[in-house]
Amino acid sequence: MPRILFIAPLLLFAIVAAYLAIGLTKNARILPSALLDQPVPSFDLPPLKNDKPGLATADLQGDVMLVNVFASWCVPCRAEHPLLMQMTHDKTVPIIGLNWKDKKADARAWLAELGDPYTRIGHDPSGRAGIEWGVYGVPETYVIDRGGRIRYKHVGPMFREVLTETVLPLIKELRK
Amino acid sequence: MIAEIGHFSLILALAIALVQAVLPMAGAARGNAAWMATAAPAALMQLACIATAFGCLMYSFVISDFTVANVVQNSNSLQPMIYKVSATWGNHEGSMVLWVLILAVFGAMVAAFGRNLPPSLKARVLSVQSMVGVGFLLFILLTSNPFERVFPAPLDGRDLNPLLQDPGLAFHPPMLYIGYVGFSMAFSFAIAALIEGKVDAAWARWVRPWTLVAWSFLTAGIGLGAWWAYYELGWGGWWYWDPVENASFMPWLVGTALLHSSIIVEKRDALKTWTVLLAILTFSLSLIGTFLVRSGVLTSVHAFATDPERGVFILLLLVIAIGGSLALYAWRAPRLKGGGLFAPISREGALVLNNLLLTTAAATVFIGTLYPLFLEAIGGGKVSVGPPFFNATFVPLMIPLILALGVGPMLGWKRGDLIGAVARLKFAFAFTLSVAVVAAYISWGRSIFGVLGLTLAGWLAGCVLVEFGARIGLTRVGGGDVLRRMAGLPRAAMGMTIAHLGFAITVAGASGASLWQDEVIQFLRPGETLSIVEYDFTLRSVDTVQGPNYTAQRGIFTVRHDGAVVTTLAPERRRYVVTGTETTEAALYTQWYADLYAVIGKGDDKGAWTVHLFFKPLVPWIWGGTLLMVFGGFVSLSDRRLRIGAPTARRTAAHADPAAQPAE
Amino acid sequence: MIVRLAALLILFVLIRTGESHAVQPDERLADPMLEARARDISKGVRCLVCQNQSIDDSNADLAKDLRILLRERLTAGDSDQKIRDFLVARYGDFVLLKPPMKASTYALWFGPLVILVLAIIGLIVFFRRRAALDTTSSGAASLNTEERARLATLLDGKAGDDKGNPA
Repeated sequence: MPRILFIAPLLLFAIVAAYLAIGLTKNARILPSALLDQPVPSFDLPPLKNDKPGLATADLQGDVMLVNVFASWCVPCRAEHPLLMQMTHDKTVPIIGLNWKDKKADARAWLAELGDPYTRIGHDPSGRAGIEWGVYGVPETYVIDRGGRIRYKHVGPMFREVLTETVLPLIKELRK
Repeated sequence: MIAEIGHFSLILALAIALVQAVLPMAGAARGNAAWMATAAPAALMQLACIATAFGCLMYSFVISDFTVANVVQNSNSLQPMIYKVSATWGNHEGSMVLWVLILAVFGAMVAAFGRNLPPSLKARVLSVQSMVGVGFLLFILLTSNPFERVFPAPLDGRDLNPLLQDPGLAFHPPMLYIGYVGFSMAFSFAIAALIEGKVDAAWARWVRPWTLVAWSFLTAGIGLGAWWAYYELGWGGWWYWDPVENASFMPWLVGTALLHSSIIVEKRDALKTWTVLLAILTFSLSLIGTFLVRSGVLTSVHAFATDPERGVFILLLLVIAIGGSLALYAWRAPRLKGGGLFAPISREGALVLNNLLLTTAAATVFIGTLYPLFLEAIGGGKVSVGPPFFNATFVPLMIPLILALGVGPMLGWKRGDLIGAVARLKFAFAFTLSVAVVAAYISWGRSIFGVLGLTLAGWLAGCVLVEFGARIGLTRVGGGDVLRRMAGLPRAAMGMTIAHLGFAITVAGASGASLWQDEVIQFLRPGETLSIVEYDFTLRSVDTVQGPNYTAQRGIFTVRHDGAVVTTLAPERRRYVVTGTETTEAALYTQWYADLYAVIGKGDDKGAWTVHLFFKPLVPWIWGGTLLMVFGGFVSLSDRRLRIGAPTARRTAAHADPAAQPAE
Repeated sequence: MIVRLAALLILFVLIRTGESHAVQPDERLADPMLEARARDISKGVRCLVCQNQSIDDSNADLAKDLRILLRERLTAGDSDQKIRDFLVARYGDFVLLKPPMKASTYALWFGPLVILVLAIIGLIVFFRRRAALDTTSSGAASLNTEERARLATLLDGKAGDDKGNPA
């Protein structure tokens, strides 16, 4: 029996172990966006509040902005909210809200309590617009470029680290 | 106090394990009898310490000691006692203690019952076993300590996951672990053999009982898990090709191959390097399974709470254990001399084919389970590999396996007569044909694959019966003689017959259950009736019921067949108080050939309730067949020859190595 | 190890496990053919907020939304493939439980076959080698005089056991 046959199992295992090691650095639960670098999907949502406009595809052209998917029943949304408020206060980037599978009254009360960082809010009670975006939970945040293309998707609450390391540099890049 | 004793016992066990890992191995290398002799007492002491630790943990659960973090996270004062006990292993930390406990039990059993093992082999085996123990004890003590305290102690715990509060699931982990961890023994024997540079029939004879025990329990554990899923999860499925299910199935497939190839080593002194490799691979797959479940690399219903630190540690264990053993294999295996020759068409040839198909099947499951990980690691995107893949790739491999399984036992050793064997299977062909006809008739209009599955099962069953009949001389000798021969059959042969028959029945059950089921879904109000096949389900009422730690909506159904009342079924939908989790408790009516399965869902607040009814043909055969397989394994285990081991070892103790006696 | 625990790290609030079979009576389409197609497709679509379930099995909100959505599209006349493409366009290949056949999954789909073929080849090679060994070792002519003398001494000198096996 040639020597190589005896070494083969070890070599195969080495390859498997390498992949398992890489696998440890990934997060199995995060689904990357299928729409990266594609134009924002086609949708049209009514406004959530009377004094703030709703959201449609056309509104996402012309400027770099963030789209934040949120709901009043979502606990992590509450956790990320102060960060969004701060960003709006610092005029970092316009933040658009997509209120997902929520009741109008609940969402309005939630924003009244925590503050409203959004320039526009679209109300999507059925979740259909969300499906167009590939939303599968809340919160999610998308970075949209001037041409209305989705350039980045962050799943889960926004963290300061993600903001400073990934999102803000990207926004800066897109604004050039 | 008790928790501290438990913690200390684990540390003590680690110390003993370190000694046991080094001293006997060094002793065997140097021929130092005193050092080698430390292995057995060390193994027994290790067991004592780990058993103490396990006992302390269980005690903490039983008295609901909420100063122990593990108890807080997995128990509650309202929880029924049986689940307080099973919560001991119903979580990551506790289950790891169970893991090392079983490892220690196997080591102690070899120490106590391995009297006719040559001292050097015994020392090496126990050393290797202990090395594995060292790895896992370190893992527990450094990353997964179940005895951590929490101050201040909360008033109550968080409750065991309601899905686990179930009698079936209480037994599932211990059985599964005896299976997985039991294969560590074959592994230790394989490593010891590689170090010794010798594999012979005696080695195979010694390895056999441990492999049989592990295999039987693993079969039982997997079956129990599938059965639990079936009646608990509310949609009547029993196998999802979930990564963690696959993690237990792969060692089973390779373990079955090992069981069969060790026969060839024993009887024909051949396929030694292959068998040693299988022994290493089976346990390696158990270890990889441990990694997959606890590291978070794969999404699964079963996964424990994940912690990257733990993942890294287990990966290191894997690299050392598997990498080390495969390196040893690459280095030493070429030294093992091949033995008996045999023709491709022979009993050995059939067993080799069996091995080929089983290991290919295991490789298929392996590829499917790990592919999403591989693809993502090379940046190729995220992909799901679900049941459709496995059904398309695994099932076709089973077809030649089942066909060969029928013919194989009919072939002679060394050189078999295929034409003759097939001729002797005339009855099996007839039986198969009749099964096919009956299956087609009763399932007319449903999936043809079901007929195929049943036909294959019929073929196997027919062949098993023919082989058994030939052995007991059914057509050749008179009635009394037949019975005498049956009683005198070696248990290993009886075990084989029973296990193979069990496999045939399981295949039949799986085919029917997957492909022929009927289902109806309807809104039902009390007083209304829903029908499925020839059964009528009348909903009498939906009551609110209070359990020890849950409230439930219970639907009472009267089931009629042809107008006559057959049974009353009471499915529930429970809401557990502490976690707020909801579970379904399906109600089953089991007959020998099918199950009726009733599930009650949400109400629509207008007095109507969602009702799901299933008719599941042949499902009981899955459990029955599995039980037979387990029973067959135990029958085989009770064979006298295995307990005596290699008798000449005692007589030739004066010689350096015992002569290998061929088995009958 | 195979303890069915739901993961404790819940990122999205929608994850629920162990619930009853998911399709509600009012979701079903009136046309049995379309409904059968709907069930079939659902069984192959992954529930993205669950851990390894199809949308047919899961009671999660998103699963329900997708079930209703695909039934709407079926009623609108879309083919099965078009509906799958629709979902993949929004959620990626991950949403299908049956991995697509494309360049990145060739290794997956053909892997088992390749392994089987390699194993069979290995087996044939193994038997060929064994057969070669058999013919060379069975020829007594392969021993020279000196070796034959040694063999004779060995057989006469050392006593094997009763069964005639060499010691």
